Amino acid sequence: MFPDTGPAMATPEIVLDARGLTRTYLTGEVEVPALRGVDLALSRGELVVMLGASGSGKSTLLNILGGLDRADAGRLRYLDQDLSGATRRRLTDYRRRHVGFVFQFYNLISSLTARENVAIVADISEAPMAPEDALELVGLGHRLDHFPSQLSGGEQQRVAIARALAKRPALLFCDEPTGALDFRTGIRVLEVIERVNRDTDTTVAIITHNAVIGGMADRVLHLRDGRLEAQTRPEQRQAAGALVW
Amino acid sequence: MSATLALKRRRDLWRLKTQVLAIGVVIAGGVMTLVLALSMIETLTEARAAFYASHHYAEVFARVSRAPEGLVTRLQRLPGVNLIESRVGAPVRLAVAGFEDPVQGRALSLPDGRQPVLNRLHLLRGGLPGPGREDQVVISDAFAEAHDLAPGDALEAILEGRRIRLLISGVARSPEFLYQAGPADLVPDYHRYALLWMNRRALAEAIDMSGAFNELSLTLQAGAEREGVIDALDLALARYGGTGAGTRHDQQSHRFLEEELAMQRAQARVLPTVFLLVSAFLLHVIMVRTIRTQREQIAVLKAFGFRDGELARHYAGLAGGIVLLGWGLGVGLAACAAQAMADLYAEYFRFADLPLRLSIEAMVLSLALSGLAGLGGCWRAVWVAVRRPPAEAMRPPAPQRFRRTWLERCLPGGGPAARIVLRHLGRHPVKASFSITGIALSAGLLMMGAWQLDAVERMVDRQYRDIMGMDIELSFTEAVPARAAGELRHLPGVLGVETWRTVPVTLSHGHRRYRTRLTGLPDWPRMRRVVAAGPPRPVPDTGLWLTRYLAEWLGDRPGDPVEVAVMTGHRRRVALPLTGLVDEPIGVGAYLSRDGLNRLMREGPAVSGAWLLVDAARREALLDELHGLPAVAGIGLLDEAERGVRAYLDETMGVFATIFVLLAGSIAFGVIYNDARISFAERARELSTLLVLGYTRLEVSRILVGEILLLTLLAIPPGWALGAGFCWLLGEAVSNDLFRIPLALTPRTLALAASGVLGAAALVGLLMLRRLGRLDMIAVLKAPE
Repeated sequence: MFPDTGPAMATPEIVLDARGLTRTYLTGEVEVPALRGVDLALSRGELVVMLGASGSGKSTLLNILGGLDRADAGRLRYLDQDLSGATRRRLTDYRRRHVGFVFQFYNLISSLTARENVAIVADISEAPMAPEDALELVGLGHRLDHFPSQLSGGEQQRVAIARALAKRPALLFCDEPTGALDFRTGIRVLEVIERVNRDTDTTVAIITHNAVIGGMADRVLHLRDGRLEAQTRPEQRQAAGALVW
Repeated sequence: MSATLALKRRRDLWRLKTQVLAIGVVIAGGVMTLVLALSMIETLTEARAAFYASHHYAEVFARVSRAPEGLVTRLQRLPGVNLIESRVGAPVRLAVAGFEDPVQGRALSLPDGRQPVLNRLHLLRGGLPGPGREDQVVISDAFAEAHDLAPGDALEAILEGRRIRLLISGVARSPEFLYQAGPADLVPDYHRYALLWMNRRALAEAIDMSGAFNELSLTLQAGAEREGVIDALDLALARYGGTGAGTRHDQQSHRFLEEELAMQRAQARVLPTVFLLVSAFLLHVIMVRTIRTQREQIAVLKAFGFRDGELARHYAGLAGGIVLLGWGLGVGLAACAAQAMADLYAEYFRFADLPLRLSIEAMVLSLALSGLAGLGGCWRAVWVAVRRPPAEAMRPPAPQRFRRTWLERCLPGGGPAARIVLRHLGRHPVKASFSITGIALSAGLLMMGAWQLDAVERMVDRQYRDIMGMDIELSFTEAVPARAAGELRHLPGVLGVETWRTVPVTLSHGHRRYRTRLTGLPDWPRMRRVVAAGPPRPVPDTGLWLTRYLAEWLGDRPGDPVEVAVMTGHRRRVALPLTGLVDEPIGVGAYLSRDGLNRLMREGPAVSGAWLLVDAARREALLDELHGLPAVAGIGLLDEAERGVRAYLDETMGVFATIFVLLAGSIAFGVIYNDARISFAERARELSTLLVLGYTRLEVSRILVGEILLLTLLAIPPGWALGAGFCWLLGEAVSNDLFRIPLALTPRTLALAASGVLGAAALVGLLMLRRLGRLDMIAVLKAPE
């Protein structure tokens, strides 16, 4: 196992539990191992930052945890559901009910307004937030009827976060959420994620190149060559607004 | 051109293979129709020219009642006449062992024991009748095939009421009878129509024409004025009962082949144009899209120093590759279809030889035209791309702006999929209208295919169900007293009789002249329902009714006088007012009352033929009786005629229209598929996003399929309008005095056009659903926009 540094904490309920996740891609005729046996557990309300260089396997891990991809070997459990070897249909169902995603490039639907982009998730959720409330939560209550082309990059990313939140997910996965934003806008987005984590008790996993963002996490995971190399727990979680890079 | 650029082009073509193939098929459709039509025109024209030349087909033809043989020497001296030859000819009825129905035909004379100078026979088997042989006969090959007759077999013929036993000496074809249909028939019936050639003395004796002739053929000297020769001939033959000399154009066989060629020419103009326009449109769409996705590559290549011209050639080469593929496919398809089509023609047009000629000119022309279509389709996209400065091209395109559409405001409600679809269409109205135009064009083409089947069916229905109400049409060897009707009524199985009179006439109005027959009908004809437009009224006594097509051709309006020159009897010339227009789809005619016609002829009540209604159970007995009547020259069975026409149309129009519908269907598929693929590529990010958010494939596919379906539905009404236009154009192009295809658009035609494009849309929808299953959503989402 990897060295666990930092203060020990009482572990709350485990939401997602992964054991021995392995994933190999076939690129042409070359096998590229992306994950080589990763063990990881995420707790309710936890904010985890995954750091690693390009090719370290962090995106692959996030994709498997989020049900976008399947591991070749290993086990994955969401609460009492075993997702190892789940069919595409079951994974769709898992994403539909429990997972929210935020991507580097926002991936909003350009032909829908901010409110409609959020509503599109609310439409298929069991007990969704009102789109207006979700947008209010990310500070965009006044931009409800704007199309993506009428919003700044930071605003678009906040719409993406509101869209992820609207279904009240248990898990929020953010893949380089500030990668396409300038510093000031990036901080605003991180503040929103932090508030969501705090106010709604959503488990959040952020993957990033930016080690500074690790400062706002409960736990920082370091990936390298498809393995979880180290795990650190900051002395104290910093406020997102206090981060500087 | 850089070798690496060439490699890139090959890879691009491979990557876009399905779309390339879809466009290739559309180009192939255009190339195929063009090469096929022009090859058929070339094949038929050359085979005809060769047959006519090698067998000395005459250029002018004339018939008389009876003229002394000595007249020929005088006629030979008419200015402009080259070779001239007389013969005797007569209608004949035949009895073939084991075949119940009446067989009609035409017996023609041959110089004793040798080939004629003009209209020589092409012997396939056996030989000419031996010199002095009165019982030997050469028969037409199609009739021989139909009854499995061979030299040595016997036949029984009735000539002028006399029964003669004939022995077949040979089987032949003639340049005069490429198309071997009976004089009143639209299509050949090889079982019931025959051509016979006998030694002149034998035939002349049988029909009491010794020392005389009743038919004349001649060729013209180089530079001779045809009309002048014909006028001189008419003048010389008038006193011998000449009915007016005519050219090849007045000969049924030549005429039908001319019409067939005209139809091919019309198709060679209309169809490839439509196909190539659609392919140019598709190429434009695919090139714009390919270039848009490659703008960064273009920028990098330009940054490295590639010139605009080199890049333009590279992309033009991409379009060129697609054009070449489509062209090759089209030529290959045409080559395959051409043989089948030539075989079909060989069945209806009996050439001495019908060697298939694939038109090289058509191949070059189609390559040039499809190349132009390709160039037209891609030049603008290529130009815009290569002219863009590299720095600008390296920046991603500006985000698309959207707004609520008016359609949405009109139709509130609907889910996000509907909103996405509507806003996309609203955002790209030009692109959407291009797509709609493409689909509408293919719907129009589908409709044109379906219409050909439907309209021809309706044409035949109208002719044989509405107009021709009789069961049997009898024609007499010459006009007989009207009391013949009473005698016919007493024959077994006859339920009704109506008689008619007909004389050959030339109609003229202004400088236009038309040779036809003037038919005298009962005042209220019941069996041949000739009805003039307007309120019901009897057939006129002193006026004239004309088929609408003929009246329009002559430039006559109701009330105008029509010059009628009777070409027989007293050869009177009178002016009769046009008092009615008759709408009939097959043939053209001029009508007045039978009594009126007899008065015009200054003759008593005479009839040329009769229509019979028959008790089907006693038909055989009636035919036996009719067969024995010497005055009966021809017995036409309407149900057989109808069956023949339908079989002919099924074989020709049916096959052609089916191929056409398949081609149009492939265009519909090509247009919709290309559209969907482009839409798919542009939407990959949105679709992936929705999948990641937890939407199922089926739910996500609603956007794609919804858009395809909406575009298709929007395209159907303009498709119908375009289709109606295409049908009208084609109908006009192929209409002539032999037949007119009515522009009757049935619900079935409209439904086929709509269901064709909807079917193509459904197929594309399924393919897109499959594609959605293979979408790598992670890769798409992680790529920058």
